[in-house]
Amino acid sequence: MIQFFNVSKVYNSAKALVGATLQIDRGEFVFLVGPSGAGKTTLLKMILREEVPTRGQVYVCGRSVTRMKHGEIPALRRQIGMVFQDFRLLQERTAYENVAFAMQVIGSGRAEIGRRVPEVLEQMGLKKAAGMFPKQLSGGEQQRVAIARALVNKPALLIADEPTGNLDRDTAWEIINCLQEINNQGTTVMIATHAREIVDTLRQRVIALENGRVVRDECEGAYANAT
Amino acid sequence: MPMLPKTWGHIVQESIRSLKRNGWLNFAAVGTTAVSLFILGFAVLLVINTNFIAGSVESNVEIRAYLNDGVTGDAITTLQTQIQAIPEVKDVRFISKDEALADLGQQFGQNGQLQESLGGSNPLPNSLEVRTTDPLDVDGVANLISSLPGVDQVRYGQGVVDKLFQLTYWIRLVGLTIVVLIGLCAIFLIATTIRLTMFARRREIGIMKLVGATDWYVRWPFLLEGIILGAAGSLIAIAVLFFSYRTLASKITAAMPFLPLMNSSLVLLQLFGGLLAAGIGLGVIGSLISLHRYLQA
Repeated sequence: MIQFFNVSKVYNSAKALVGATLQIDRGEFVFLVGPSGAGKTTLLKMILREEVPTRGQVYVCGRSVTRMKHGEIPALRRQIGMVFQDFRLLQERTAYENVAFAMQVIGSGRAEIGRRVPEVLEQMGLKKAAGMFPKQLSGGEQQRVAIARALVNKPALLIADEPTGNLDRDTAWEIINCLQEINNQGTTVMIATHAREIVDTLRQRVIALENGRVVRDECEGAYANAT
Repeated sequence: MPMLPKTWGHIVQESIRSLKRNGWLNFAAVGTTAVSLFILGFAVLLVINTNFIAGSVESNVEIRAYLNDGVTGDAITTLQTQIQAIPEVKDVRFISKDEALADLGQQFGQNGQLQESLGGSNPLPNSLEVRTTDPLDVDGVANLISSLPGVDQVRYGQGVVDKLFQLTYWIRLVGLTIVVLIGLCAIFLIATTIRLTMFARRREIGIMKLVGATDWYVRWPFLLEGIILGAAGSLIAIAVLFFSYRTLASKITAAMPFLPLMNSSLVLLQLFGGLLAAGIGLGVIGSLISLHRYLQA
């Protein structure tokens, strides 16, 4: 699904990523941990081709992202759903419109949108929130709208960058459970996080970054090194 | 710009939605476009009319050759043929003493008062009225004619012609410079306004790109918005220009009936068509300039 071969990224003279090599297979559930500035966001941006490596190769779904032409980027991004700490919803649109927007933008038909959007909203437990604007929703609900938007085009991969960073403990668990459920249905899920408790409880695969290097990659890992 | 037909509905929807949402911004865009294009159109009309007036004055420049009293009959015909043979000459017309007096009488008013005061005699000479094909040749032709036998005196607007040409040249130059400068102002204002619209919608653009919208999908609503804004601005400018020109022209004609004003609806139609195209063009250029930055990466 995702392969990094000896990938480095240098901004001006600052090294954001140094010789990162990793592989994530279809259907996996992966936590990406590490202190702020360790390179987590840079790594995620490369998967989306928002950044291009200074050295090394990145493959997503079997295709080289590094050598990809500008015109091929939209096709890549349609296979990836993206969720952020700050939700990034359009404030002047309802929950329904926010989700439908992601379908309109890639040219889906009206009928298809009318069928798929309610389906995803219901899956995320947002049936009643459909007509409400983000301001009228709680943080957890807003994040679920964002996840619904990420899922609506049925991506093979869902990436979440600090999805629980702005949420209280209970809501954070609610969101993580959502993501696990999505993973159970076959979508590869990758979560960059600082939420120690969640990572330690779930015992999923953990990739740890420090100073731009992959320092740990464990199958049933914890947030911090065991030793 | 490949685009599936079914996405057009969404694109138009997006444009209208953003037009509704960014009310005051669109007002500013339409307003600046209208003002710019109005001034542009006004300047163009000024140039057209100056040219028009200059042109009609130019074509009125004629040479009057006064003949000696002894020249009559065949001699006049010979002279006429000789002048007509000069290549630059367009036409020659003989004006007899009597006609000249009648003309003068008309200019001074009816009632035969002029003839009375002259005591029945006619002091005016016979003359030939000569017009050249190109008003610029008046000087040379006048010199030639004055050297012909039987010609007493040659009159034409000496110096006036040269000054007029200089004047119209400068009016055209200054007018066109103003038009170009104001046109650049309009482009700048529209580009700025659309950049503001785009800044207000940067989150939307970011999300569009994130979920995999193509560049053209992102561009189209802004282009359409630019086209609508530019067209709306130019239509306002055209309407104001049309009514103000009509009012102004009729006032000027009433006050100064001798001043010929351009009154061709074809020319006006061409000007208005041009302004509309210019408005749309400005909208498109403005959108593209502002969009370019957001579609990198």
